[in-house]
Amino acid sequence: MAINMGSVMGIIFANMHDNTINEITKSRTMGSVLFGGRYRLIDFPLSNMANSGVSEVAVITKENYQSLLDHLGSAREWDLARKKGGLHILPPFGNVEAGLYRGRLEALYGAISFLKASRTEYVILSDCDIIATIDYKPIVKAHVESGADITMVTNTDEYSSEVVAASTVVTSDETGRVVGVLHKPAISGECTICLNMFVLKKSFLIELLEDGIARGHYSFERDVLQRKVDELNIRTYEFNEYFSKIYSMNSYYKANLDLIKPENSKKLYNSKRPIYTKVRDNAPSKYDLDCMVKSSLIADGCIIEGEVENSVLFRGVRVGKGAKVKNSILMQDTVVEDNAVVTNVISDKNVTIGENKLISSSEDHPIYIGKGASI
Amino acid sequence: MFNKKECVAMLLAGGQGSRLYALTQSVAKPAVPFGAKYRIIDFPLSNCINSGIDTVGVLTQYQPLVLNEYIGNGQPWDLDRMSGGVHVLPPYQKASGSDWYSGTANAIYQNISFMDRYDPEYVIILSGDHIYKMDYDKMLSYHKQQNAACTIAVIDVPLEEASRFGIMFARDDGEIYDFVEKPKEPKSTLASMGIYIFTYSKLKEYLIANENDKDATKDFGNNIIPALLGNKERVYAYRFDGYWKDVGTIDSLWEANMDLINPKIPIDLYDPSWKIYSRNPVLPPQSIGENAHVQNSVVTEGCYIDGAVEFSMISNGVTIEEGAVVIDSILMPGCVIKKGAKIEYAIVGENSVIEENAQVGSRPENVENRDEWGIAVVGHNLTVSSGSYIKPKQIISESV
Repeated sequence: MAINMGSVMGIIFANMHDNTINEITKSRTMGSVLFGGRYRLIDFPLSNMANSGVSEVAVITKENYQSLLDHLGSAREWDLARKKGGLHILPPFGNVEAGLYRGRLEALYGAISFLKASRTEYVILSDCDIIATIDYKPIVKAHVESGADITMVTNTDEYSSEVVAASTVVTSDETGRVVGVLHKPAISGECTICLNMFVLKKSFLIELLEDGIARGHYSFERDVLQRKVDELNIRTYEFNEYFSKIYSMNSYYKANLDLIKPENSKKLYNSKRPIYTKVRDNAPSKYDLDCMVKSSLIADGCIIEGEVENSVLFRGVRVGKGAKVKNSILMQDTVVEDNAVVTNVISDKNVTIGENKLISSSEDHPIYIGKGASI
Repeated sequence: MFNKKECVAMLLAGGQGSRLYALTQSVAKPAVPFGAKYRIIDFPLSNCINSGIDTVGVLTQYQPLVLNEYIGNGQPWDLDRMSGGVHVLPPYQKASGSDWYSGTANAIYQNISFMDRYDPEYVIILSGDHIYKMDYDKMLSYHKQQNAACTIAVIDVPLEEASRFGIMFARDDGEIYDFVEKPKEPKSTLASMGIYIFTYSKLKEYLIANENDKDATKDFGNNIIPALLGNKERVYAYRFDGYWKDVGTIDSLWEANMDLINPKIPIDLYDPSWKIYSRNPVLPPQSIGENAHVQNSVVTEGCYIDGAVEFSMISNGVTIEEGAVVIDSILMPGCVIKKGAKIEYAIVGENSVIEENAQVGSRPENVENRDEWGIAVVGHNLTVSSGSYIKPKQIISESV
């Protein structure tokens, strides 16, 4: 069956999972968290949708969305600055009855007039906690062909209790139909976790919303997936390519460092499905006379005079003479002054680490230095 | 919508750049990659927008495909405007016939109707083969202050190099009284930078007169400037003392790239108040491997480096495998340098592949006869097969 991706709309939840890395999301949404040297987390679902041929995308936000608005702009970088469709940013729609939404259902209900106005037939829902390059076309195709009410993207593997405790876990029968849904259970071992991406018919979603809100429901996971698992045909679509899930500070740290290994970055970055991001017009990076850089990811605009090992440097980072940076993630415009030593650190934007300072921590518990801090 | 513009820029980008040989076989000189993530034309275009000039005509003729694609709607330079913006202006067919651009002055002459639409007071003529950062607005203020018909930007060059340039003779107040194009025995060191500001009414008058002169070569340096001087028009020199480099030859292109690495050379691309904009490829950050050794070099996004790199300019999407060595060289976008290959004092064109253990170029000290030494050049989209050797000064435009 031929699928026309022009009839599919994308909805991205920019604020879901904010609390999993609340230090970094203190002044921004999950979607605008910096990642991988030059990206923000929303770049992944947004680029995936754009590369899959989705030309109408709504981004639902809740709070702290200035950085998100600044990042997305007119969405030209994702080729979503369109006359027909394109990107729509939907901040909370306040009225007397509705305050800030409590869950996915309420969030979507806030956008119901937008959903109704769109001429698309299917909807892809995605959060910003999964870093992956994913083609939505076969997923929509599988959804249409299987006749499912809801198709969720899943992955089955050995998972630790930390991952599972931050996931929706499903069990399915031999036909692939979901028969059990556990939301954030306390288990571990081999299980199928939901990657927080769903495909469903738009008209069906509107039905679910109107029915759910009338009953005082607000959680998609509990009130739809869990409560209606027997009456709805919910199916899984297994995604087995490279991905990482951000569910804690440590997982954020590890997901960044994992991309230093070329075998991982080759799996994530595919030249046919590029990950777009806001252009910053930095000059290229400069490696100075006595610098030593090994096993690292370096974005443009950096000037490196010291040593950098197993680290991710975002755009515009400076590493001074004699400075040593190891196992660290230095976000945009971080300055490590001469002879400073930085080990196992996550520094937010515009952090300055002064001359001769030593900041070190263990690999299991990287230190986070907040935006604009001067040490 | 054609709002009046005080100053319109006309950028001459039609030259073949034949002295860049293999590098300009399929692309116009202004579209040649420079400085890891730029193309030469990024410099004048960025200077325009940074100087407050938002209407730019780019005159193209030779191999315009890459250049047209690159300029696109001008958005990377903030030149996508409702009124003005950047316009690519190729020669076109008219009711009276059709002509290629037959000289710099003729090219501007053929686009009088483009300039007329914006009813400008001044027109700045630029060329697409120089690397520099310059505030044209300051030059325009000077032009107004002198009430000049034409102001020419000039730079002091060493006397021994003066014979490569158009040389000006100016009085202490800046008024130019004589001009010699590429003199054999230069008597002044004031070289023209190929940047002219004209009061538009004068420019039009002289372009039309020049066009009606059957003997004219229709060139600014040869005709328009001498004609202005002959008629005692007010022609002034505007002295520029920043970094400026013509990149019309293999050697000067290589040197200008190396200048970006040299901390003693005053061109700062990291200055946020005068950014050089470019069309950004969509690529992940540069990945530096565990065996890599990178020093004194400039590297940009999408590269994977696991070999040794020193004193080099590594453009986007370049791969340098483990054990490969790149010294004093320029690798243009998308090159692949395989294991054990050696690149010394060389320029490797876009998307070319240097196979295992091949060598391109060599250090000057390895060559007995210095006259035989020079920068080795591999053109675009070529393969240098395993074990082969491209000698210094050799330029290849076919795979070997």
